[in-house]
Amino acid sequence: MSRKARSPKGPVRPAAFLDARILDPATGRDEKGGLLVIDGVIADVGPHIVESTLAPAYERIDCAGFCLAPGLVDMRTQLREPGEEHKETIASATAAAAAGGITSMVCLPNTDPVIDDVAAVEFIARRARENRLSKVYCYGALTRGLGGSELVELGLLAESGALGFTDGVRALGDSRVMQRALSYASHFGVLVIQHPEEPALAAGGVMNAGLLATRLGLAGIPRAAEVMLIERDLHLVAMTGARYHAAHLSTAAAVDAIRAARARGLKVTCDTAPPYFALTEDAIGDYRTFARLSPPLRGEEDRAAIAAAVADGTIDAVASDHAPHDQDSKRVPFAQADSGGIGLETLLALSLGLYHEGRMSLLDALRRLTLAPADILHLPQGRIAKAAPADLVLFDPDRAWRVDADKFLSKSKNSPFDGHELKGAVLRTVVDGRTVFEA
Amino acid sequence: MPPALAPGPAIVFDRRHLLGIEGLSAAEIDGLIDLADSYVALNRQAEKKSSALRGRTIINLFFETSTRTRTSFELAGKRLGADVINMAVATSSIKKGETLIDTAMTLNAMRPDVLVVRHPESGAVSLLAQKVDCSVVNAGDGSHEHPTQALLDALTIRRRRGRLAGLVVAICGDVRHSRVARSNIHLLTTMGAHVRVIAPPTLLPAAIERMGVEAFTDMRRGLEACDVVMMLRLQVERMQGNFVPSTREYFRFWGLDYDKLAAARPDAIIMHPGPMNRGVEIDSEVADDIDRSVIREQVEMGVAVRMACLDALTRAARANRPADKGR
Repeated sequence: MSRKARSPKGPVRPAAFLDARILDPATGRDEKGGLLVIDGVIADVGPHIVESTLAPAYERIDCAGFCLAPGLVDMRTQLREPGEEHKETIASATAAAAAGGITSMVCLPNTDPVIDDVAAVEFIARRARENRLSKVYCYGALTRGLGGSELVELGLLAESGALGFTDGVRALGDSRVMQRALSYASHFGVLVIQHPEEPALAAGGVMNAGLLATRLGLAGIPRAAEVMLIERDLHLVAMTGARYHAAHLSTAAAVDAIRAARARGLKVTCDTAPPYFALTEDAIGDYRTFARLSPPLRGEEDRAAIAAAVADGTIDAVASDHAPHDQDSKRVPFAQADSGGIGLETLLALSLGLYHEGRMSLLDALRRLTLAPADILHLPQGRIAKAAPADLVLFDPDRAWRVDADKFLSKSKNSPFDGHELKGAVLRTVVDGRTVFEA
Repeated sequence: MPPALAPGPAIVFDRRHLLGIEGLSAAEIDGLIDLADSYVALNRQAEKKSSALRGRTIINLFFETSTRTRTSFELAGKRLGADVINMAVATSSIKKGETLIDTAMTLNAMRPDVLVVRHPESGAVSLLAQKVDCSVVNAGDGSHEHPTQALLDALTIRRRRGRLAGLVVAICGDVRHSRVARSNIHLLTTMGAHVRVIAPPTLLPAAIERMGVEAFTDMRRGLEACDVVMMLRLQVERMQGNFVPSTREYFRFWGLDYDKLAAARPDAIIMHPGPMNRGVEIDSEVADDIDRSVIREQVEMGVAVRMACLDALTRAARANRPADKGR
C-alpha cells in the first residue's frame, strides 16, 4: 500500500451529496439540502447546494431524499484483536461497523495482550491506520493486566491516543484503588469508564436475579449490584473531581442515581446499549446463551426505565457493546457460556426503535449515537459542520429488514436479535469523504 | 396419524423427551403415574422382567456422580428388557476437552433409543436434547429440574393418600440449590396441591412465591397442618459460613425432629429424596419411623416411575417414528 493511500486524508475527488434530508444534532439542522466534501472534510452544507449550481468537478451522490447524518460514534466495542482473531479482527469489525453506519469506534482494552502499555495503544493505532473502513480508537486498561490493583501509565497512554481508561468488562471493585485511579486521572483530565457491577455481590451470577433465574435454576445477579457500585463511584468522583462515565446501564436505580448526582452538580456521563432498552430477560427463554449479556438483561420495569432515560437524555449515549463470541463460547450450558452479543450492524436500527415508538425525535436519537459520545470522548466527529471530518451515514429510517446474523460481516454471529424485524437501514457510509459501505 | 397395522400399547405421553415437569399437563402427569403404578406390581413379583423395551438401547450418561438414580434407571431399563449402558463422563472425555455437544453427537451416532442424562449445569440436558435424534430423559440438571424424582414422589404420595389435589405439602431445606424442589413445585401445583417451601432466608431463591408457593422461614409455622413433609438434602460442602453458619445451627432451627413435626398433621408422611444427612436436615429417629417415613418406599417407586417414563417415551417414538422409516 502506498503512503498516500494510507493517509486518512488522502485526496479523493470532491463529492456532492444532493437531495438529502440533512440531520445534525449539534445545530438542530433538519432540512432538505446538499453537502460538499473536499479533501475528506465537509466544505459546505445547506439548502443552497443543488445540482443546478454545482461545478462539474464534483462526484454527485443522489441521496434521493433520505437522511444524511453524522456517522455513528460507537463508544463501547470489543474487537478481539490482538489475541482472539478467530472471534473478530479489526478488519472484520470495521467492515461490520461500516455496514452499520459506524464511522468511529472505541475498543475495550480486554485483548490479549491487554492494552495497558504504550506499545499496545500504538499497535491498535497502526492497525487502525491500515484499515480505513471505520476509525478505530482504544481505551487503555485502568489497572495493569486488568488486575484491579496497579495503575497503568495513564498519562503516557493518553498521549499515545488512549481515549479513556477502563478495566473493560470487569468492574474495578477495590475502593482504594478506584479512589487513587480517579484522583490520579483527574490531573490529566482523562475519562475513567466503569463497568458498574459490585463484583462480590455479582460473583457467580449468570443472569438477572428473580423469578426466571429461580425457575431456570441459574444463579442470579441482584439488580442492586449496579447502583451500589455507581453510588460508591459517585462519592469518589465528588472527592476527586475526575471525569467519570458509567457504561451500559441496565437498571432504573442506576439511572436515578445518575440523575440525582447531576442534580447535586456532579458532571458524570453514562451510556447504555440497545439490548437494555429493547429486550428483557425473557429473551433467555430456554437457556438461550446469545441472551447471556453483562450486565444481564433485566425485567420489564428496568427496560422501560432505560428506554425512558435514553429518551429524556439522562443516558447520554447509546453504544453497541459489541462483544463477539464464537460457537465454542456460546454452544455450551448457559452458566459456562461467555457473556455478550454482537451489535455493530444493529445499533442504528435498534436505537431508531425509540424514535419509531414516538419516544424521542429523530435528531435526539441521532444525538445519542453521534454528538454525545463524540463530546464525551473529546472527538471532533459526530457533527455536520464546515471543516469537520466528512464521516457520514445515509439511511432510510423507515426501511424494514429482518436480522439474519449469518449475513452479518462480523466474524461472530452471536446476536441476541437474530430473527427480529427492525426498521431503519443504512444505505451508505462515508469516512473522510470516502464511501466505505453502500447497500 | 394413519392406523397402525398392529396396534401397539396406548400412547400415554406424546412427547419426544422428558426434560422437566414444567409445562406438562395434569393429564400427562396422571398418565405417567398411572403407568408407573402398574409397574409396582410387576416389580414385586419374583419374575420381574417385561419385554416392552426388548431390542432398545438406553445409555445412562452421567456427568455428575450418582449411585441411586443411575442404579434406579439401570434397573428400570433392564426390567423392561432393554440393553443399558452406563457412562460416567465426569471421569472420561470431558477431561480430554470434549464438549457436551461433541459427546452428544458421538453417542447419537451409536443410535441409542433413550439417553438418560444428568449434568451439573442447569439447562445442559435440554441443550443436549436439541442435538440428538433419540429421546432424552433428564435425570437432574444443575438446580433446574429432576422430573423423575417429582413423579416418584407424586406416586408415593398418591398411593399413601389416594390423591394429590388439596393436600398441603411442605418442601423444606435447601430450596435454592434444589432441582428436586423445582420439579416438585411444578408437579404439585399443576395437580392442585398447596405447596409451601420452608428454608432459612439465604436458601430461599428470589421470587419463589411467584412460582405459586407459600414461603416460610420458620419450620413450625410452615409445617402447620401439613399432609406431607418433604425434606431436601443440605449440601454440606456448600454450608460452612456460606449460606448457613453451621450444620449444628441448621439442625436446631431447620432440621426435622419430632418437636417440629408436631406442628404437622398427626398422620403427615415424611419424605426425603436421599441421600440423607442424618442429624443435619433430619433426625435419625424421624427418618426411620416406620409409621411416618416413606423414604424407602420412594426408592421403590423410583424404579417403577423410571420404567414408566422409558416405556412411555419409546411408545411415543415407535408411534411417531416407526423404525422401518429410519431416523
